[in-house]
Amino acid sequence: MTTTSKSSRLDPEPMPRRDFLGLAAMWAMGASAAFALLGILRLPRAAVLPAPSKKFKVALPESLADGEPFVPPGRSVALFKDKDGVYAVSTICTHLGCIVKQSADGFACPCHGSEFHKDGTVKKGPAPTALPWLAVTKDGGSFVVDESKVVDPGTRLT
Amino acid sequence: MSDASGATSGVTAMGRFLANLREIPKTFRESLVRGGAPTTDRTRSSFVFGNVFLHLHAVRTHRWSLRWSTTAGLGIMSVAAFLITLITGVLLMFYYKPYPDAAYVSIKDLHFVVPTGRFIRNIHRWAANVMVVAVLLHMARVFFTGAYRKPREFNWLVGMGLLAITLGLSFTGYLLPWDQLAYWAITIGANIAQSPREVTDALKITEYFDPGGLQRLLLLGSSDVGEEALIRFFLLHVMILPLALVALLGVHMWRVRKDGGIARPDDADARLGPPPADTYPVFTEAPQKTYQIAAIVKGKTPAVGKGPENTVPSMPHLFYAEMGVFMLTVLICTALALVSDAPLKELANPNVPENPAKAPWYFLGLQELVAYSAFMGGIGIPSIVLLGLGLIPYLDREKEGTGLWFGGPGGVPLVLLSTVYGFGTAFALEAFAIRFGWIREWWPDVPQLVITAINPGTVLTALYAGFSIWAVKRWGSTRAGALALFTCFLCGFILLTVVGQHFRGPNWVFYWSPSEWPGH
Ligand code: HEM
Ligand code: FES
Repeated sequence: MTTTSKSSRLDPEPMPRRDFLGLAAMWAMGASAAFALLGILRLPRAAVLPAPSKKFKVALPESLADGEPFVPPGRSVALFKDKDGVYAVSTICTHLGCIVKQSADGFACPCHGSEFHKDGTVKKGPAPTALPWLAVTKDGGSFVVDESKVVDPGTRLT
Repeated sequence: MSDASGATSGVTAMGRFLANLREIPKTFRESLVRGGAPTTDRTRSSFVFGNVFLHLHAVRTHRWSLRWSTTAGLGIMSVAAFLITLITGVLLMFYYKPYPDAAYVSIKDLHFVVPTGRFIRNIHRWAANVMVVAVLLHMARVFFTGAYRKPREFNWLVGMGLLAITLGLSFTGYLLPWDQLAYWAITIGANIAQSPREVTDALKITEYFDPGGLQRLLLLGSSDVGEEALIRFFLLHVMILPLALVALLGVHMWRVRKDGGIARPDDADARLGPPPADTYPVFTEAPQKTYQIAAIVKGKTPAVGKGPENTVPSMPHLFYAEMGVFMLTVLICTALALVSDAPLKELANPNVPENPAKAPWYFLGLQELVAYSAFMGGIGIPSIVLLGLGLIPYLDREKEGTGLWFGGPGGVPLVLLSTVYGFGTAFALEAFAIRFGWIREWWPDVPQLVITAINPGTVLTALYAGFSIWAVKRWGSTRAGALALFTCFLCGFILLTVVGQHFRGPNWVFYWSPSEWPGH
């Protein structure tokens, strides 16, 4: 196809007006449908997460030996006490969210066999990362663990 | 009968009223079935294309399509199982309450108190399982008979959508009883949706780009598995997915008809031999109709003067076959429901996982892979498989062997070889990983990305892909490669499912048999 230099128009084959209007109408329709769809998809994405508070108060038993995990009933957190202080390790498996159980020298996950050392680092299995350490603060004679606040491993409350 | 004449001919209005009243059964029947009772081939034809449900079928069906070995009735069996779940599902909704704990109690009531409740629940469960099996086998039948080829490429894609919805329906249904099985399956499922974090975390970009977190949030509607999650799964299970399935199913069946019926080889007529004497040839009745239709139906011109076609009227031949499959499906589901109860474990307990926590059986193959890498097993490899399946009809543009089981270059020997290779490699890899462990057990400090990239699942996928490429070269045909790949994945799927179902016990440890599991 060669464009003729005679024509001063930019488009050598002008589109009939009716085609143009029809196409414009179709694109407008498509664009508004897409826009509406985005709005529709915005709804199921919750902005406020209706979850119970992740903070809880716990007292350590007197008899707890250094380096022994203590799991408060109904919680998925293990608390430890040693000469450097108190710390909390989450017991929610970083693989797919099962609750790990205490094993001889750390934790073991019942779901796909991940194993962790006592400090939460991965020993074996599919878990991609270490069990996170959680923030512990003191409140009178007991401790407050905030499950939603992850701290660097090694952080202890002295 | 014209009503205007009635007034002049002396019959009283009351008389006409009574006559019309008496006629109601007849006039109602006439209004229901246009054109009178279908008693001849011709009226049966117009009955089929005049009826909104029946017109999804062509008026006449090729004898090849009716052979048992062509489809094994698997597509219709999928439809039948779906209809059974639909009816029993509506019944279950009379009592089911989609709220944590209340859900569990309502299922318990259904199971132990409601009259026929347990039977209906069992049928629902079994029909769902039958549907998954039938859909998978149907897909295998379409693949092995090469029925995905032009012009049926798009219907193959529609079918893949149906497969995804079928699995989605089964999975969302698994969660509704809110027992231990349900709770831990939904926890694991939601975390699989989140598993792209395995990669984004390793790359340290999760803060900026977190598709995994978004998927989990959309699924659960909360940061935890709770009432929000249950209502979402309920909505998907009873509303969104069934509607989507019905819509796609309509397209699927319509396309089967519009793509020229069930795929058959070019020489189907020669293979079948002459039609039996009682088959009515096409053009003996009302030939003028045929010419009219020929004006709007594209495709080859009608075979006028070519002698009888090898087709029979869909009514009754096809409909009898479909009814037979339907009855068989009902029989299978009710029989299974009578001998085996749907499971119901303890009430969901967020602190104590079920041990072992097993997904429904058709996901156990994936769970086996997930036990090596959450992202690869749960998202990476399934996506690769779906993409590969979707591409098959667009890559295999060949003609040879369409409509024949294991048709095309390579044929049965290739399928047998692929079966051996598919089972063999999957078996060897599993045995190796179970016996010797995997990378992290040898080098504990290896980065996660290495394990994500190299694990038994990805190695198996690569081995299958390599074999398939070899088959393409060896037979000089894409179809040969597709045959090799599909067969391998089918075998891998079966082997991994069996391992996950039977050989995995508490802590996902290998046991020769469930009887060896340590007591709880
Ligand atoms: C809910 C699931 C499904 C239902 C109810 C269904 C139903 C049907 C039915 C009734 C037929 C007519 C022939 C037959 O009975 O085999 C058919 C044909 C077909 N199906 Fe499906 N199907 C489903 C899923 C699938 C899947 C997963 C695929 C593949 C990815 C697929 C691909 C096809 C194709 C390509 C045909 C045409 C076959 C031919 O012309 O020989 N369908 N389907
Ligand atoms: S959830 Fe712990 S190993 Fe999978």
